[in-house]
Amino acid sequence: MSRIIALSMVLVIGALLVFTVNEYLLPFGAFPERRIGSFENESIGQRILRDAPRTTGSANIVTSVVWDYRGYDTLGEATVLFTAVCGVAMLFRAARRRG
Amino acid sequence: MAGMTVIVRTISRLLFPFMFLFGIYIIVHGHLTPGGGFQGGVILAASVIMLLLAYGIEGAQAKVNVLQAELAESLGGLILVGLGLLGVVLGITFLKNVLPLGELGHIFSAGNLPVLNLGVSMKVAAGLLMIFYAMLRLQGGKE
Repeated sequence: MSRIIALSMVLVIGALLVFTVNEYLLPFGAFPERRIGSFENESIGQRILRDAPRTTGSANIVTSVVWDYRGYDTLGEATVLFTAVCGVAMLFRAARRRG
Repeated sequence: MAGMTVIVRTISRLLFPFMFLFGIYIIVHGHLTPGGGFQGGVILAASVIMLLLAYGIEGAQAKVNVLQAELAESLGGLILVGLGLLGVVLGITFLKNVLPLGELGHIFSAGNLPVLNLGVSMKVAAGLLMIFYAMLRLQGGKE
């Protein structure tokens, strides 16, 4: 009985995902149109695509977003990695010493 | 850890320099082509981890030992924070792109971005390697 319930839930969720992707996902290359101030037809994505090579000098727009527009965020990401490595090293060294 | 058979050892020994070079290419061209510091750093770490799987922990630590990995990780973090503070020292904001921008599409361009990519790649490569070394030490390998 529980197997039937689980299987039907998987099917329902799968159908929901397929439906969502088909109906609401934007076509490739389109950007969500959101009003910024007085700009009607401009979104943040279009703006970054247009301005990034000129303002950051980087041909790779992903890198220019990661290290210029959102530099703080990436620095925080590096800090998370550093903390994780410190934690793993500390934990395993302590475990090794004990046994 | 004893290491694997002679086939795996030979292949991984021949493959190691190419993988390492590919990682460095991904890092250095991070501001021109897809990729960047994180991705290239993971490739560098994977090349050393491949040696570790094939030769055992001694073979990998002959290339990069624990002290070198710790130093590289700390140096990468220092590069990131130092470049961030350079913007403050020059009187602009933290992590501002202060170095000269150069010409679009050339390898020496984009100001801070290649140097930041270099720093984060050292940090990621050495950090992942440190995690592997720490876990293997628990397993009974020597440092």
